[in-house]
Amino acid sequence: MDTQGVTADPQLQQFIEVESQKQRFQQLVHQMTDVCWEKCMDKPGPKLDSRTETCFVNCVERFIDTSQFILNRLEQTQRGRGSLSETMSD
Amino acid sequence: MDGFGSDFSSGAAGSGKMDPGTIMEQVKVQIAVANAQELLQRMTDKCFKKCVGKPGGSLDNSEQKCIAMCMDRYMDAWNTVSRAYNSRLQRERARI
Repeated sequence: MDTQGVTADPQLQQFIEVESQKQRFQQLVHQMTDVCWEKCMDKPGPKLDSRTETCFVNCVERFIDTSQFILNRLEQTQRGRGSLSETMSD
Repeated sequence: MDGFGSDFSSGAAGSGKMDPGTIMEQVKVQIAVANAQELLQRMTDKCFKKCVGKPGGSLDNSEQKCIAMCMDRYMDAWNTVSRAYNSRLQRERARI
């Protein structure tokens, strides 16, 4: 079986990249739905009311903010600005 | 899409190797199945927690109704999260 030909195929390479990106998106949606359900959902009703829906939207935004915050701060501490607890900005 | 998806056996039988089109279609199907399984697994977990109290000898009517509603709400939540995440990604890309 000519596996060399298969992995060198640019069409396949692009396909892999596109599908991988789609999967990363899907995985994060699964994860955030899970986490935000715990934070936002009380008792499941006949429909998603607007307050609950807003909560989910806010939850997604804050989750991504948190992720970025953590990455940024980690980067700062890697640059040798002391221990983690010393780098609080205010 | 001119027949890649319709006959999975023809690619392998002809040349002794899988053609990329066949591989891609099969992978897409597997990915879709995996996502559906993940969704179902998390939905079952959440709805069991919300709807079933002390487990009895069977699921009573109120539990079944609750689970049915919960499934729909979980899908609503999933779609809301998907849209919100997509919006955020687009906003982030626009900034760069």
